[in-house]
Amino acid sequence: MEKYLLAVLVDNKPGVLTHVSGLISRRAFNIESISAGYTEEPSVTRINIVVSVESENELDQVVNQLGKLIDVIKIVNLSKVPSIARELVMIKVKASKEARADLVSVVDIFRAQIVDVTSENVIIELTGNQQKIDAICEVLSDYEIVEIARTGAIALSRGPVPVKKM
Amino acid sequence: MRMNGAQAVLESLKKEGVDLVFGYPGGVVLKLYDEIYKMKFPNILTGHEQGAVHAADGYARATGKVGVVIATSGPGAANLVTGIATANMDSVPLVCITGQVANHAIGKDSFQEVDVCGITTPITKHNYLVKNVNDVPRVIKEAFFIARTGRKAPVSIDIAADVFNAEIDFNYPDKINLRGYTDKNIGDEKSIDEIVTAVENCERPLIFIGGGVISSETSEDVREILNRLGCPSTSTLMGLGCIEPERAGYLGFAGMHGSYGANMAIQNCDLLLAIGMRFSDRVTGRVADFAPNAKIVHFEIDPAEVNKNIQVDYKVVGDLKWSLPLFKNKLNASKINFAEKFSAWKNQAVDEGKKHPFSFKSEGDVIKPGALISKISDLCDENTIAVTDVGQHQMWAAQFFKTKAPRQFLTSGGLGTMGFGLPAAMGAKLACPEKKVVLFTGDGSIMMNIQELATIADHDIDVKVVIVHNFILGMVGQWQRLFYSHHYSASELNLKRDFIKIAEAMGVRGYRLTKAEELETKLPEILNSQGAAVIDVYVPQDENVIPMVPGGKRLDQMVLN
Ligand SMILES: Cc1ncc(C[n+]2csc(CCOP(=O)(O)OP(=O)(O)O)c2C)c(N)n1
Repeated sequence: MEKYLLAVLVDNKPGVLTHVSGLISRRAFNIESISAGYTEEPSVTRINIVVSVESENELDQVVNQLGKLIDVIKIVNLSKVPSIARELVMIKVKASKEARADLVSVVDIFRAQIVDVTSENVIIELTGNQQKIDAICEVLSDYEIVEIARTGAIALSRGPVPVKKM
Repeated sequence: MRMNGAQAVLESLKKEGVDLVFGYPGGVVLKLYDEIYKMKFPNILTGHEQGAVHAADGYARATGKVGVVIATSGPGAANLVTGIATANMDSVPLVCITGQVANHAIGKDSFQEVDVCGITTPITKHNYLVKNVNDVPRVIKEAFFIARTGRKAPVSIDIAADVFNAEIDFNYPDKINLRGYTDKNIGDEKSIDEIVTAVENCERPLIFIGGGVISSETSEDVREILNRLGCPSTSTLMGLGCIEPERAGYLGFAGMHGSYGANMAIQNCDLLLAIGMRFSDRVTGRVADFAPNAKIVHFEIDPAEVNKNIQVDYKVVGDLKWSLPLFKNKLNASKINFAEKFSAWKNQAVDEGKKHPFSFKSEGDVIKPGALISKISDLCDENTIAVTDVGQHQMWAAQFFKTKAPRQFLTSGGLGTMGFGLPAAMGAKLACPEKKVVLFTGDGSIMMNIQELATIADHDIDVKVVIVHNFILGMVGQWQRLFYSHHYSASELNLKRDFIKIAEAMGVRGYRLTKAEELETKLPEILNSQGAAVIDVYVPQDENVIPMVPGGKRLDQMVLN
């Protein structure tokens, strides 16, 4: 299975997310993550989809089917052009007095941050590529993880040309 | 002009050239129906919303125009679902207008509320929920544009009830502004040059056309290309009528119950030119062994269809209206005498087909379905529209009715919806009053929208309803006979129903034919009479549709008797 990150520009209209998610489930595409947010243009939403496929052909199917949605303006496969992908994770970990020092050193090693501390737990925030996020989750699994929230990957192409002009 | 939302809907429909809608009223569309009343907007009240949507579908298939259906919220909208899915599978342009509960009531599980956009998302090309009256003209304009351009399909518009009452300064937009959609489907001309070269270099080409040729109105181009190439040709079920049945080298339709000749030619050809078809599983047999000796070319408007089911060697993505004329001209410019070059192969394909033509065995004085449909085909003129329901009779109609032109064989191919036939036939007749419309249905299928007999009676819609009455859900029975040890589980219909009485009770004449000689003595007069009629024809219960490519088999592994 190969993973690709697609940047999908869509009309910022009600129903768009239903159309996109409905298509993904109807066509039984394998989606690793999906996230959406506003862009520099108020009328456009950017949906970031990480899709995992068996073959190039299957990838074409995903792109072509998404392309048929009326509210999809543009799809760019950012895995095929130089680009930078990032994901944000927040991890709530049980932090007993004894564990705390260890946790701080893990956080330092990953250049993560502790963004909340209570007497029982800490919340660790980390931004990075997917491998890095996976790695910190792995290391922290030695401690007692209370919950994890991940955004899924978002990405921008390198260089001056935005996705809408590609 | 100042008007309310209901008037704005109807004015917009008028601007789109809509001359007839099929619809059923209810709470949230009362205001809309009040304006329909005041404006005398032509509306056919059907017996069921499913009838309305199939009727709009039949209207669209018969004409190429966009069919329009109106229903109320909740149950009304839900009753459209099968019909929308049917049209979507066969790329039929529809605009489906439903009332939704008022804005303030949305999301509260209000009386008769269903999430129409949620339900219709997988079965439409696009859908809208209109909450603001000012969006009405733009949305309707876009909906018609989307439905009838590109790959045609249904679009649904759900309108909140208070929108019908709200006031608007009506202005119909003349421009469409859709950033993610265009009606220009022009591909890469070089891709066509490659196909010309492939045709020049092949020995055994086969043209395989589908419903896309009908929806793009390019059957003339196909016929001219065939004139030039002189190669054998076949069609999908959905493409029936594009190629003249008497054309030399035409092998009949292909697929699960298609002709022996067509299926063998697909397996034997070395270049398969697939035009406006989507390699449905009914047509490919076992995918891995489909056309094993051929390079495959795909002319197709929808890029997502290319390499979806079958990997192709060449693709020409774009509107057939763009690609086929170019292809034709480029072929005409070639120095090769194709007709001469391919004539031996054409004769070979035709001779192969002659080994097992579509046929039936006459037995005593029982009426064989094949005999019935052949007879009707002979009795009908070349402009007749044949409509079918779903089952054995559908396949027999495809095999034995000689469809002479596009838009004259209307059938639910992709979804296989029993109950499609009667309302679709009604829609087709309303669309083409000058054409004879004959419905072939089964004793199972007819029950699934039989209420529309009352509609055709009330509106004097002249449809001849031929019930191929075999006292069984025949297609189910055939599979049970062949693959489930004759266990006729829930398929026998040796019941007390009397279709003549049902017809008469609804206001339609009813006739019954039980003996072969009645095809000569009674049928012609009934068929040529004025006005709707139900013709209940008794046929044997255990007849199989032959040939048959069983599930998972290759196209050349047909059951032949
Ligand atoms: C709405 C719907 N339900 C069930 C089926 C499954 N099905 C396919 S053919 C068939 C039998 C049709 O019987 P009939 O209309 O009598 O036609 P026949 O096959 O006997 O010609 C059935 C039940 C279907 N296609 N559509």
